[in-house]
Amino acid sequence: MTIHGKAWKFGADVDTDAIIPARYLNTSDPAELAKHCMEDADPEFATKVKIGDVIVADKNFGCGSSREHAPIAIKAAGVGCIIAKSYARIFYRNAFNIGLLIFESPEAADGIKDGDEVSVDPGQGLIKNLTRGEEYRATPVPEFMQQIIAAGGLIDYVSERLKK
Amino acid sequence: MPMTITEKILAAHAGAEAVEPGQLVNVKVDLALGNDITAPVAIREFERIGVETVWDRDRVVLVPDHFVPNKDIKSAEQAQMLREFARKHNLTNYFEVGRMGIEHCLLPEQGLVGPGDLIIGADSHTCTYGGLGAFSTGVGSTDLAAAMALGETWLKVPESIKFVYHGALPRWVSGKDLILYTIGQIGVDGALYMAMEFTGPAIEGLSMDGRLTMANMAVEAGAKNGIVPPDEITRRYVEGRAKRPYTFYNSDPDARYTKVYEFDVSKLEPQVAFPHLPENTRPVSEAGNVTIHQVVIGSCTNGRMEDLREAATVLKGHKVNDNIRLIVIPGTQDIYLQAMQEGIVEQFIKAGAAVSTPTCGPCLGGYMGILAKGERSLATTNRNFVGRMGDPESEVYLCNPAVAAASAVLGRIAAPWEVE
Repeated sequence: MTIHGKAWKFGADVDTDAIIPARYLNTSDPAELAKHCMEDADPEFATKVKIGDVIVADKNFGCGSSREHAPIAIKAAGVGCIIAKSYARIFYRNAFNIGLLIFESPEAADGIKDGDEVSVDPGQGLIKNLTRGEEYRATPVPEFMQQIIAAGGLIDYVSERLKK
Repeated sequence: MPMTITEKILAAHAGAEAVEPGQLVNVKVDLALGNDITAPVAIREFERIGVETVWDRDRVVLVPDHFVPNKDIKSAEQAQMLREFARKHNLTNYFEVGRMGIEHCLLPEQGLVGPGDLIIGADSHTCTYGGLGAFSTGVGSTDLAAAMALGETWLKVPESIKFVYHGALPRWVSGKDLILYTIGQIGVDGALYMAMEFTGPAIEGLSMDGRLTMANMAVEAGAKNGIVPPDEITRRYVEGRAKRPYTFYNSDPDARYTKVYEFDVSKLEPQVAFPHLPENTRPVSEAGNVTIHQVVIGSCTNGRMEDLREAATVLKGHKVNDNIRLIVIPGTQDIYLQAMQEGIVEQFIKAGAAVSTPTCGPCLGGYMGILAKGERSLATTNRNFVGRMGDPESEVYLCNPAVAAASAVLGRIAAPWEVE
């Protein structure tokens, strides 16, 4: 499965309050959270983002709170994957646990501009910038995390383990 | 093999002789914690796993604290999920409104966490318990759900950074200032994925409340955990309080660190973090003339007894400025009661402050002190991100309780010595 969409560019240290403000955390309904995704960073994002679009950001994406509502909101908004220079550690775990694809690639984060057309091959970790004719490599995902993804997320991974 | 305190605790819980940074380990957890925002998601995921009940009813802790007393109908439904789950699984440690507290003030106070423990919690400030010499870290709801079923989690052993604080702390300078200063030096991702080990003479002289404040904000530097080696101060705090046996670990003298920072803090001033990141710190004397509209004293960072006493000391003989709303939130019911018995609550109220039941409320822009567009709040809380306390065009400044109290009197960011 290849991800294909438009790049939405954000800066460094995008925090979880920017991804989903706490004023909306009185629910955990993904569709409801998606309506307010990235609201305090870009109020138009939630209404304009299309299925398969890609968030591209600088360092330390998802810093702050442990709220899993943040990757849930992004996934439910239809975002195909995130590409950033680095991630805050709780966000990184949460994204894998709920099955939101995220890639670490400083070159892609620098090379891709807002609005560029991007395609991503998750299996190969290959990111193509169709607007600029460039290619970037993502840092390989640790093997253990790949097992979690292959199982369909942490809960399915744990369920399988308990059945054995 | 020489190890740091963090590595020793992880090794002990992995059933391994030794561990090293970068290694993935499966560890037993001593306690798994959730709150009224994160636990509803965890409960739903837990129910998908297919186990009948939690791994240990004494060790799964639920604390409704973010939006309780319920701020609206949806929040009431989330709190209800926790209550019903706690009843169904007969959890020992569910804390109802009126008997609760802000989770990271409550758990150490109740002796539910202790030195040498390995704790995970679905709240980023779970790293607070490092103040006691425990390994504790924040996770998301799905990780919590798995731990509730298994009593285990996986972790990557972090590299450690050692911070050595030399000198004695000047008056009005607290654990909050040490951690704000540190984040100002290394940045909000300066310790990304790493352990921050806080040591040195200034730490040895720091109270347990101050140590908990420091470890609390380790996550604000991106750290996996913050930790203070346990000592006599730790022993005095946990004796007669701890509900489980505890173990004192300490780093070997030749343990390996990725980096060592040495700071002379003998002339450190109280720090203020300017919008919109905790790393934007300045000494209070260089804050300039920043007028404010609201002051919040409380949170899992600074809602403890020492914090309230410090604020009360500064406020003595003064009134809250006409242009300021001062909101004081004791961290737990016990702290609230103690503050009443010491006359501190009366003093706050007579000075013109609002004193609230324990809640995270305003710290995360939930309720109980939301800011309108263009408003500024000075707060003893932990984050000053865009929109953190309300409107995306409001601002939050972070400081210690003494600076907060002085500023509430003067109506602008001010040093405690300006009202003495």
